[in-house]
Amino acid sequence: MAVTKTYEEINEKIKSGKVVVVTAEEIIPMVEAEGTVKVLEKVDLVTTATFGPMCSSGAFLNFGHSDPPIRMTKVWLNDVPAYAGIAAVDAYIGATEGGENQGMTYGGAHVIEDLISGKKVRLRAISYGTDCYPKKEIETTVGLEDLNQAYLFNPRNAYQNYSVAVNSTDRIYHTYMGTLLPHFGNANYSSAGELSPLLNDPKYRTIGIGTKVFLAGGEGYVAWEGTQHNPAQQRNERGIPVSNGGTLALIGDLRGMKRDYLRAAVFHNYGISLYVGVGIPIPLLDEEMVRYVSVSNKDITATVFDYGIQRRSKPSLGTVNYAQLQSGEICMNGKKIPTAPISSLYKARKIATELKELIQNGKFTITAPVEQLPYRDGVKPLREEV
Amino acid sequence: MAKKRVVLSFPPELTEKPLTYHLVKDYDLAINILKAKIIPGEEGSLVVELSNGSMEKIKEGLDFLVRHGVSIDPLSKRITLEEEDCIHCGSCTAVCNSGALKINGDGRLVFDRDECIVCELCVNACPMKVIKVTF
Repeated sequence: MAVTKTYEEINEKIKSGKVVVVTAEEIIPMVEAEGTVKVLEKVDLVTTATFGPMCSSGAFLNFGHSDPPIRMTKVWLNDVPAYAGIAAVDAYIGATEGGENQGMTYGGAHVIEDLISGKKVRLRAISYGTDCYPKKEIETTVGLEDLNQAYLFNPRNAYQNYSVAVNSTDRIYHTYMGTLLPHFGNANYSSAGELSPLLNDPKYRTIGIGTKVFLAGGEGYVAWEGTQHNPAQQRNERGIPVSNGGTLALIGDLRGMKRDYLRAAVFHNYGISLYVGVGIPIPLLDEEMVRYVSVSNKDITATVFDYGIQRRSKPSLGTVNYAQLQSGEICMNGKKIPTAPISSLYKARKIATELKELIQNGKFTITAPVEQLPYRDGVKPLREEV
Repeated sequence: MAKKRVVLSFPPELTEKPLTYHLVKDYDLAINILKAKIIPGEEGSLVVELSNGSMEKIKEGLDFLVRHGVSIDPLSKRITLEEEDCIHCGSCTAVCNSGALKINGDGRLVFDRDECIVCELCVNACPMKVIKVTF
């Protein structure tokens, strides 16, 4: 009789301190040496993690009401505009929004990083004044402790794989994939590979809506499919998307998050982004899950695209795997190209280990998805009217 | 072995003269050009490492250049990395052709200042803005 485990059984083991957890890197040699059946008997959970730039991030904030009250129509935090087209004192500060006086050096991501670092930020808001909200202007400082609610709500995080970027042209390109040197001078990639959450659960069996995650040092949840979620991406023989695949919308309280795992970034001549640390435990429910989490860098394919072509569909130059990418050099069309990561494997490893320890200490339990992520068509382009 | 890294600035009229030839021939210096910007009619700039000779030979060679109107500045610009704020992403390694910035086996960024030629590409490439040029 084949072994299977349930979420409830694994949570019981977490509570009694008997759970066996390893990271997605540690499980690979174990499965190789002992096979899936033995490992399934032994191990209950595998921790996965990633720490990379995730532009589609931001935070909802509720400031509380002043006296007399104001219906904030425009809001700035440290001179960075926040979206206030929702209720009176609610706003959404987007990670990539640039400061009005600080351009590309300080933006929404920095405001979020400042808030979780315990710093006060300058709040300025204006309004047209209404009978119920007569105040027309307000300026004050607020910190995380002053806000009623402050939670990250990131529409697109934890991309399941991503493009490898090169540049065929004769000038430097500054992109969200970092600096791309001319004439295929480098190849930049952004994924934790075998440690990355959705690459260890390629068909979204255990990661779904309601899955509890480690989000930037605190606890969060998968709220929804992420924007541009693309399960229909072409897959390799291991069922892994060969480029941008599934994505997650994540939510979590800013209180409890740590600057170690949430950092504002500036990509030169591109703009502001936010490095987000995400860790997701994957329960080994059965042998199929063990096979999924045993995936190693050489089994994960990524497609190389020429970012020198400024179009939606960039020409593909072929595929490589993450073992090659992490070796520091790939070979494309007979040319050796040095590779560089944009996401931090060092931090991803720290998150996977920290999450492992949280689970071992009974401080992090797992949740079954309340709904699976959709498994359907790809991403639609935007048509323009002619 | 004696070694010195300097920045040489040539006035426009000197860019036509084979001065480095004399450094090799007359002063027995090995010249490693780390960075060069020479455009006819404009002031030229070379970042070079002089070695092989004794310190005395290097000094004599530099004096020869000064006599011919080249101005010499020490390579005082330095790249500094604020390590405690570095996230070890590796974005800077993408542009570091000299190999001074590398991700090591455990995934951490290491900076070997001796390899750095102060090309400064890493300054903009760093998304955390923790790499700076100091004078």
